[in-house]
Amino acid sequence: MNPIRHVHSRTLVLAHENIDTDRIIPARFLTTTSRAGLGQHAFQDWRYRSDGTPDPDFVLNRPDAQGCKILVAGRNFGCGSSREHAPWALLDAGLRAVISSEIADIFRANALKNGLLAITVEDAEHRFLLEHPGLELKIDLVAAEIELPDGGRFGFALEAFARHCLIEGVDQLGFLLRHDDAIRHFEEQHAA
Amino acid sequence: MAARTLLDKLWGAHQVMAETPETPALLYVDLHLVHEVTSPQAFAELRARRLRVRRPERVLATLDHSTPTLAADAQGRRPYITPEAEAQVSMLERNCREFGVELLGIDHPQRGIVHVIGPELGATQPGMTIVCGDSHTSTHGAFGALAFGIGTSEVGHVLATQCLLQRKPRAMAVEVRGRLQPGVSAKDLVLHIIGRIGIDGGTGCVIEYRGEAIRALSMEERMTVCNMSIEAGARAGMIAPDEVTFAWLKGRPRAPRGAAWERAIGRWKALHSDPDACFERRVEIDAGAVRPTLSYGTHPGMVLDIDATVPAPGDAQAQRALDYMGLRAGARLAGTPVDVVFVGSCTNGRLSDLRAAAAVLRGRRVAGSVRMLVVPGSAAVKRAAELEGLDAVFRTAGAEWRESGCSMCIAMNGDRVAPGQLAVSTSNRNFEGRQGPGARTVLASPAAAAAAAVAGCIADPRAYLITEAVA
Ligand code: SF4
Repeated sequence: MNPIRHVHSRTLVLAHENIDTDRIIPARFLTTTSRAGLGQHAFQDWRYRSDGTPDPDFVLNRPDAQGCKILVAGRNFGCGSSREHAPWALLDAGLRAVISSEIADIFRANALKNGLLAITVEDAEHRFLLEHPGLELKIDLVAAEIELPDGGRFGFALEAFARHCLIEGVDQLGFLLRHDDAIRHFEEQHAA
Repeated sequence: MAARTLLDKLWGAHQVMAETPETPALLYVDLHLVHEVTSPQAFAELRARRLRVRRPERVLATLDHSTPTLAADAQGRRPYITPEAEAQVSMLERNCREFGVELLGIDHPQRGIVHVIGPELGATQPGMTIVCGDSHTSTHGAFGALAFGIGTSEVGHVLATQCLLQRKPRAMAVEVRGRLQPGVSAKDLVLHIIGRIGIDGGTGCVIEYRGEAIRALSMEERMTVCNMSIEAGARAGMIAPDEVTFAWLKGRPRAPRGAAWERAIGRWKALHSDPDACFERRVEIDAGAVRPTLSYGTHPGMVLDIDATVPAPGDAQAQRALDYMGLRAGARLAGTPVDVVFVGSCTNGRLSDLRAAAAVLRGRRVAGSVRMLVVPGSAAVKRAAELEGLDAVFRTAGAEWRESGCSMCIAMNGDRVAPGQLAVSTSNRNFEGRQGPGARTVLASPAAAAAAAVAGCIADPRAYLITEAVA
């Protein structure tokens, strides 16, 4: 994985709470056997009307959504199914970070393993971000801070190892494979 | 030694390396369940890195999500919804062949929903760590295992190393006091619990269900409760194993036998939280207060007693949920017309669930306006149900009797609810579009689902069980 130190972009805001992974990528698109190409279906049933045309009111379809890499979402983002297709779809749709006050456990783990920054901020900052769509943010992974256009900064929460892996581009499977001796030793004890 | 929770004990026994502030623990996985939807990219990763599956004997694969529930035609062709769905199934067949993983394939007599077959085969055992690329892996915690869902990257990690990088979750206790009333099921209980603690009430936690009412549940009911832990945001649910657990497992094809069984029982009996173990959060539930409970909104925390009225929406989002469901504040849930009834899934697709639905349907008919689909959780459940004549009860009542699979729970195999239709479903998720684009879902127990099928509208299942209650 390529190291990631910053994400710099305007924000998109989806203020809904409890956006589940069925909403991010509906199950009918999960028959794919690849990771690619899911972006066109991200938020499918919000993004397109029943006749298949894009709904111009949905944030991702607005002209100013072009090039936005940061999604600010309501509390408990990514709840529900464990499908890694959800972060794959968001990445494929051009997103690089999701900010909320609370992110569901499995989604967060999946996102971080794919280089999608899933980070949580305090309620007050979360509310501020929700109320100011289109804000130009700089997420600084090294300092674990978010910088506002006026230079103001505030922290965010991200588990230490995940942050380290993102910054250094650490491949987690490679990391695990390097512990082969410890695993073998454990297996000998555990086999009983 | 300090008092430990069941989670502490299971975690400690599977730690290859302890966590530090900088790195998560390396956690060893005893049983890895695999299905067609969340595994192709993981096997591809192994192939790209020229890795093998480290412990093929600890992996068990099956087909359930994309598979048709209609039988094959005379030429043996199955009605896959799309060529992609069929390709996904062939891909798992090929991956299992090439990597030496056991697959309970499409025609295998032990095939079924991954969380139904693990316990049924006795592959799921107390004290194990169990993972699957599927959030309802929490089901297996009913046996006193630490079982949780993982993503596809982690499926690859476990295939290659039999280990996961994990931070230890927090331990949460849900104490269920008293006894459930007659006509109230485990599904009602778990919906009630989720309504109480909220759909993020268990985030970051493993919930241990405890108390008299939990001890009184059968193994299948315990699975229903643990299954839905993820709907409260929890990583896993678990119940300490006891005589009920041991009796259920004994003699299952993959359970230990003879002297090994006796040794296993000895180990399993130690699997409980110490009396003064400390939980980071405790919630108490009064089982006697639980009524038949159904969802009315668009997430599993929006639930109501059968005789309650729809509450006034507190915010725009709750209003949106009511609009989507076509329900008005102040309206009674009972009496709402129903288009589809689905009995099945890893929550309520086991034999006891089918019996509960059949008890309501026996001698009655599915209302003319309702389409009812009954999908056994596994091929073995299907055979057992047929042996008891449950299939005849369903067919005679006018329901469709299908091959096993996930079916309308996730609606990716072609079994789906049409836009705008309202389904009463024994599955676990009522998210917008979960059962098909525009589909509206009311989560319920098998008895409540069957009662809705007969009444043509949401109905109190207890009204259909009176004869039993008197007997
Ligand atoms: S039945 Fe539903 S919840 Fe269970 S494994 Fe299948 S899709 Fe998932």
